[in-house]
Amino acid sequence: MEIKRIQTPLDESAIEKLKAGEKVFLSGFIFTARDSAHKRFFETLDKGEDLPFDMRNQIIYYCGPSPAPPGRVIGSCGPTTSGRMDAYAPRLVSLGLKGMIGKGKRSQAVKDSLKQYKAIYFGATGGAGALLARSVVSSEVVAYEDLGPEAVVKLGVKDLPLFVINDIYGNDLYEAGIQKYRR
Amino acid sequence: MREVHTDSIISAVEGLFIDANINLSQNVFDALDQAIEKEESPVGKEVIRELINNANIAKAEHMPICQDTGLAVTFVEVGQDVHVVGGALTEAIAEGVRRAYKNGYLRKSCCDPFSRKNTGDNTPPIIHTHIVPGDRIKIVALPKGGGSENYGEVRMLVPSQGKEGVKSFVLDMVTKGGPNPCPPIIVGVGIGGNFETSALLSKEALMAPIGQRNPDPATAAFEMEILDAINKTGIGPQGYGGTVTALDVHIKMLPCHIASLPAAVNIQCHAHRIKEIVI
Repeated sequence: MEIKRIQTPLDESAIEKLKAGEKVFLSGFIFTARDSAHKRFFETLDKGEDLPFDMRNQIIYYCGPSPAPPGRVIGSCGPTTSGRMDAYAPRLVSLGLKGMIGKGKRSQAVKDSLKQYKAIYFGATGGAGALLARSVVSSEVVAYEDLGPEAVVKLGVKDLPLFVINDIYGNDLYEAGIQKYRR
Repeated sequence: MREVHTDSIISAVEGLFIDANINLSQNVFDALDQAIEKEESPVGKEVIRELINNANIAKAEHMPICQDTGLAVTFVEVGQDVHVVGGALTEAIAEGVRRAYKNGYLRKSCCDPFSRKNTGDNTPPIIHTHIVPGDRIKIVALPKGGGSENYGEVRMLVPSQGKEGVKSFVLDMVTKGGPNPCPPIIVGVGIGGNFETSALLSKEALMAPIGQRNPDPATAAFEMEILDAINKTGIGPQGYGGTVTALDVHIKMLPCHIASLPAAVNIQCHAHRIKEIVI
């Protein structure tokens, strides 16, 4: 397969070139956050306080890695199911978040926010945590260390293998794929 | 009566869960190899290549295949001529799990249902015990991730729904899950018994190797019929579209009440981690 290379921070010109179904290699920095971290993001926003990192042009990875063995940057680090974060995603996208990485379908509200604010939903291959860990070159906890595997961690990544699932044009790899191969 | 000390149970369980989480069995490797041949979608093929690559990296680098190293499900067959000494059998299994998840750098994914506070050591394990003839203890470790487990269900069908009812129930669950349980999946189907045994049968069904058919020819044919229907849904590897949505379907069946047709579906992801030992 042809592979496109993209870099964080994600700018709009790069986003406009991405189409559902394409494979990309992502390099730069991404932030892990899953269920409990998202809950805290909202509590923070509702209090009028600043989030642990500026969402603008950044990418969130729905991931709770396994512990890093001695001498390693990270343990296995595949995606978790994104749908559980659907309730939170549109507000974060409206704050400038440009990408989310996970697995599984998104709600219509999330897909609408991707079109409205120009952001991308990427799929990382679920259950390929050892493969994905190879692309992680650095790891630093930036917030909520008490949440253990659910802490917010800034990951430096090089050539993280992803697929574009939802682009800014309303295309959805899950819907297109099923339509093409349903018998 | 043969005596088995809990120390040997603890170390066996520790070893099983580390081994299962890191070393994908040859049976699943072979199934993925065959899946690449069968898959028609180029994206689907690419996903399966990533999965094989991942399992090879996990083995070589001693890393968990998936970061979701699961709840620690164990099936234990206790020979009725065995006397466990040194402590309680269930506590020995829990201690083995505790050590595996700590020493193997496996993720602890067990928490309180409402406060969501992590128990910290991946205990308590899920333990299913059967008393069997003989003087051995067989332990099967089946660490099971949350993504696939979330698409399981028990339905008390009415007898008139019959085979068609069971088949459409299975297809309903597979379609509902779509990409979320990490296809290509393995589907365990429990039919008959009562409410709780149908659920247990569906999980036990997952223990059959991929490619092994039910010994009853009619049930074996029904497994293939459901597998074929699942692979026509178009969901494909990771749900990106394709012709390999499931690697296999396994059915376990028991007689049931004249008024009932209990059926249960338990879905397993492609990272089908299972190891066993006999002590």
